[in-house]
Amino acid sequence: MVFRKEDIIVSTIARILIPFIQLYALYVIMHGHYSPGGGFQGGVILGASMVLLLLTRGHDEAKYKIPENMVITLSSIGVLIYAGIGFLCILLLGNFLDYSKLAVLLHVDPAHARSLGILGVEIGVGFAVMAVMYSIFLDISTGGVLPEDEEPEEGTEA
Amino acid sequence: MIIFTVLSVIFIVGGLFFFTTATIGLLRFPDFYTRLHATGKGDTLAVFLSLIGIAIYEGITLTGLKILLIALFMFLAQPTATHAISRAGIRSGYKHWTRKDGTK
Repeated sequence: MVFRKEDIIVSTIARILIPFIQLYALYVIMHGHYSPGGGFQGGVILGASMVLLLLTRGHDEAKYKIPENMVITLSSIGVLIYAGIGFLCILLLGNFLDYSKLAVLLHVDPAHARSLGILGVEIGVGFAVMAVMYSIFLDISTGGVLPEDEEPEEGTEA
Repeated sequence: MIIFTVLSVIFIVGGLFFFTTATIGLLRFPDFYTRLHATGKGDTLAVFLSLIGIAIYEGITLTGLKILLIALFMFLAQPTATHAISRAGIRSGYKHWTRKDGTK
């Protein structure tokens, strides 16, 4: 039997579903501070949507849409958002991640600032988890060597 | 409204019936493809019927709309997953079941 590389049913359904999966992930992240969910769960769902794209479209298209450099940068940016908000609270004479001190910067009352601070931290966690999930899957599925990295080596050997 | 409750119970019991048949198929059928055949169709219909039943019980609310969306996405995703698994089985050269004397 002859098989094409990508299956039309799976790739079509994935193309329909991926935007909804990502929308749902954003919903989970945005509602994380007062309902089940949060940065970790939403980040995992976002990462899963990127893994689905990699599985259905293959490395050639996935590396074009989601470059590996961007993934590594995003994971660092997520940690930076998390730690940045934490240390900003220390700079405003509070404890680490003491969100109520952010009220001075945000011009709202401390209770509201707490809610917004948690939301910012959840967004940072979401970025980091999404990028690390995708990065781990990329490393596992390629054995640490991306397909475009292999080709020049083979050329020099031959 | 008693009639909506009765309707939702009918749908949920129908869903449970198809869950049961799919599980019996999974346990009793002889090989990979026939088990996928049982669970792929049976579970899809069972989840769909159960969620429709719950949505009818919930009524026209935001939660009911969310349940209907879950039903729609399950209806898209589950047959696709079954298709992908069976295709992977064929691609990796998994033989289908035949009788011991060779007749189909």
